Amino acid sequence: MLELAIGIILGGCALGAGCAMIAGIGPGIGEGHAVAKACEAIGRQPECKGDVTSTMLMGCAVAETTGLYALVIAILLIFVAPGRFVDLLMTTIGG
Amino acid sequence: MSIVFLILSILSMAAAIAVKVMFVPASDGIAISGAHVFFTIKMPIQDLPITEAQVNSWCVILAVLFLCLFLTTGLKTRNISIRQMVAEWIVEKVTGLVRTNMGEYFEGFAPFIAAILGLSGFSSLSSLLGLFPPTSDINIIAGWAILVFFLITYYKMKAGPWIYLKSFGQPQPLLAPLNIISEVATPISMAFRHYGNVLSGSIISVLIAVGLTKLSNSLFSFLPGALADFPYLRIGIPAVLSIYFDLFSGCLQAFIFAVLTMLYVAGGFPAEEYAARKKRRQERAAAKAACSQTAGKHADN
Repeated sequence: MLELAIGIILGGCALGAGCAMIAGIGPGIGEGHAVAKACEAIGRQPECKGDVTSTMLMGCAVAETTGLYALVIAILLIFVAPGRFVDLLMTTIGG
Repeated sequence: MSIVFLILSILSMAAAIAVKVMFVPASDGIAISGAHVFFTIKMPIQDLPITEAQVNSWCVILAVLFLCLFLTTGLKTRNISIRQMVAEWIVEKVTGLVRTNMGEYFEGFAPFIAAILGLSGFSSLSSLLGLFPPTSDINIIAGWAILVFFLITYYKMKAGPWIYLKSFGQPQPLLAPLNIISEVATPISMAFRHYGNVLSGSIISVLIAVGLTKLSNSLFSFLPGALADFPYLRIGIPAVLSIYFDLFSGCLQAFIFAVLTMLYVAGGFPAEEYAARKKRRQERAAAKAACSQTAGKHADN
C-alpha cells in the first residue's frame, strides 16, 4: 500500500512537470513571430540591422518569461516536491 | 605593476576552483545537484548557509575588481597602451548604452550598469571553468533583483510619495491590486528569467552528457575491455552546445538584465512631475531669497 502511495506521488509529480512544460508552446510561437517581423524589418531597412536585432533579442527575452515560470515549476516538481510529499506522507502515517 | 592585478584576477578564479576541489565531495557519475552548502552560520531568525554559489560569486567579484584595476592602472594621455584602449572602449560603450536607454538625467548610472554586466557575465561564464555558476542559484539573482526593485521604487518616489501612491490608481482606482501585483512581479520575473535561462542550459548539458554516454556505450560495446566503457561521443559534441548555452545565453542574459534595469528605472521615473516639483521649489526658494533680501533692506533702513 505504501509503495502504491509513493508511486502515485512520484507519478503525479512527473505528470505535473510534463503538463507544466506545455507552456513552452506559447513563448515558442511568440518568439517565432517576433523574429519573423524582425527579419521583415531588416529586409525592408537593412541599415538598421543592429537596432532591430538588439530590440528583437530584448523582446524575445521578455516573451520567454512565461516559459521560464513553467520551467521553474517543473524543476520544483521534479527535484523538490517528491521529497516533500513523501515526508508529508510518512509523518501522516507515523502520526 | 599592472601584471600583478592580472595575476591576482586569475588567482581569485583559481581559488574558487581550489575550494571546489578541496571541499565539494565528488559525485559518482553525472548528477544534477544544487549548490553545495559548505557550512551554516547560526542566526537568530534563520540559519545562514554559506553555499558554493556565494563563494563563487565572491571570487567572481574579486576577479572583476582586479581585472578593472589591471585595465586602469597607469593611464596616460599620449601613447596609450592596448589596456587603456580596451578600458576606454568599455566605458564609452556603457555610457552610450545608458545614454540611449535612460536619457541624460541618468548618466551617473553607467558604473552601476557596467558592474551588473560584468558581474552577471563573468558569473555565467565561470561555468566554463567547471565551477558552479552563481547565476544558476536563485538566491544570488534574487538579491540583485531586489536591489533593482529598491532602485526602481526610489526613483518612482523622486517626485514625492503622493505621486508614487497615485500611480497605483492609474488608469482606474479599481485596478490598484493588479498594479501592486505587477509591481511585485517585476523583481520576480527578472530573477526567474536570468536564473531559469542559465539553469535550464546546465540541466540540458547534463542530460545530453548522460545521453551521449549511454549511446556511445551501446554503440561501441563490441570493443574489448576498457575501450568499450570510454564515452567517445562525449568528445567535442557537448562543446558545440556549450557555445549556445554557456557563452551566448550567459552574455545575452547579462545584457538583458542590465537593459531591463535601465528601462524599469528610467520608465518608472516621473520626469514631468519631478521637473515641475523642482521648478516649484526653485521658485519658492527664489521668493524666499527675495523676501529675506527686502527684509534685510528694511532692517538696514
